[in-house]
Amino acid sequence: MSAFDKLTTARSNNRLTSIDYINALFSDSFFELHGDRRFGDDKAVVGGIGMLRDDMPVTVIGLEKGRDTKERMERNFGSAHPEGYRKALRLMKQAEKFHRPVLCFVDTSGAFCGIGAEERGQGQAIAENLMEMMTLKTPILSILIGEGGSGGALGLAVANEVWMLENAVYSVISPEGCASILWKDSSKTAYAAECLRITAQDLFKLKVVERVIREPKSVESKMFDSLRGLIASTFDRYNDMSIDKLLDQRYNRFRVMGNNVTPLEPVVEDSNTAQT
Amino acid sequence: MFNNDLFTFLKPKNELEQSQGEAPVSSPEIPDTMWVKCPKCRALILTADLESNHKVCAKCGHHMRLSPRERISLLSDDQSFEEFDKDMVSSNILSFPDYDLKLQSARHKSGENESVVTGRCLIGGINTVLGVMDPGFMMASMGTVTGEKITRAFEYATEHSLPVVMCTASGGARMQEGILSLMQMAKTSGAVKRHSDAGLLYITVLTDPTTGGVTASFAMEGDIILSEPNALIGFAGPRVIEQTIRQKLPKDFQTAEFVEQKGFIDAVVPRKELKAAVAKLLKMHSTAAQREG
Ligand SMILES: [Zn+2]
Repeated sequence: MSAFDKLTTARSNNRLTSIDYINALFSDSFFELHGDRRFGDDKAVVGGIGMLRDDMPVTVIGLEKGRDTKERMERNFGSAHPEGYRKALRLMKQAEKFHRPVLCFVDTSGAFCGIGAEERGQGQAIAENLMEMMTLKTPILSILIGEGGSGGALGLAVANEVWMLENAVYSVISPEGCASILWKDSSKTAYAAECLRITAQDLFKLKVVERVIREPKSVESKMFDSLRGLIASTFDRYNDMSIDKLLDQRYNRFRVMGNNVTPLEPVVEDSNTAQT
Repeated sequence: MFNNDLFTFLKPKNELEQSQGEAPVSSPEIPDTMWVKCPKCRALILTADLESNHKVCAKCGHHMRLSPRERISLLSDDQSFEEFDKDMVSSNILSFPDYDLKLQSARHKSGENESVVTGRCLIGGINTVLGVMDPGFMMASMGTVTGEKITRAFEYATEHSLPVVMCTASGGARMQEGILSLMQMAKTSGAVKRHSDAGLLYITVLTDPTTGGVTASFAMEGDIILSEPNALIGFAGPRVIEQTIRQKLPKDFQTAEFVEQKGFIDAVVPRKELKAAVAKLLKMHSTAAQREG
């Protein structure tokens, strides 16, 4: 599959969303918590507490695009406002207080660009999450399940480990935006998608993600049992670390990024990168 | 007096539209070397007068963009600036098309090796780590080396118990570095947090334009956030917002004054008062060890 095919798959309306993952992993134990205690409740962010294992309550937060047209409208297609990021941070602080690990699902084309979002400090809200997540004294695991759109995705992805579904993408800018700015040519979107290295496989090579996960095809899938086990054992491992070690690991994970890889082979512009 | 078509002032573009490497849009237009035309009020100003007024139009108060060296000389005490990591240059990790050429041309045009200059200096006699971003270098987009230099500056300040002053500017991400550009937001924020947890002061000075990933990381993480008048400050650029919501934006939206009124900036400080303001704040937080001598 080309990067452009993966981009299309990652954005597909048929794809499982954060709520599907939460339901499948936590079933009836999930209790949703609303609001940022400052402005309102942003439905683009879903958060709450669930039992990952009988002995493991977890704070779970997801960017939610919505599963049908009506819900997608209500949830602003997964593009959060500042209050969404502030709700997420409130729940993370609560997790820290009660020594619960934090599990984040990322699926957004980006933080919302609008008047209200700017007036209420979209940049400040994301900046605060990056800073506070770096020293949150409990393990954090973020999983990119669909689209990881720039700062809006990173606002929930400063973690001890970041995993990606095999057809998820993660990018600093949309390939469309990149093609139009750099080449003033929207027909180069597929080429931009290759050049930007947005696929899980490329990001694994760049050491930006620790694990690429095979995709469950439906909520009934047996895949969820293995995913649940994998998440729980990862939290066990990080729970065994001292807090200092846990935070050093998270800091150093980002500290070395870009300095610990050799340059990639150039992308050849050919039929594989041509848009279909 | 002038043909408007020839001297049309280009409105600042935003993170998603800014074609990188373009000349800074509010740099003075120069009819000849003696005179400069203010891009805002179009008054003709003697170059010498403009320089002595720190590139602020005496007529309308418009603040033109400064180069990092001009900014450093504005803020630091005479000859006190010692630069860090001067020779650090970006490499093309993604093998992104034409990136090497763009870097070369940015280095040539700006005279700098990357989009940020960092170092230590005295400001009002206080030992301070100073960082200045350069809109003349690929619109001060954040590449891996930009993030690395800023992170090292904060780590140095933490290790030596020094305050940090960061003068921010940015058109947004360095697209040619893909995800690694995005990761610099987390990396720098981590270094800011460690500096903050050590009880040290961090002052940000927002300059025109501060947008995108820089706004969503270290620009908004200062203990005290100052801005130059009328600077464009935002997360998304104005045109991206207009395209998203299909509405015209109110006048003065995303100006420093607007952002201050919304509660996200401590003070808008005119350039001629900037050094005194920064020095005053540094002094109020300083320890004996940070003072000269
Ligand atoms: Zn003027």
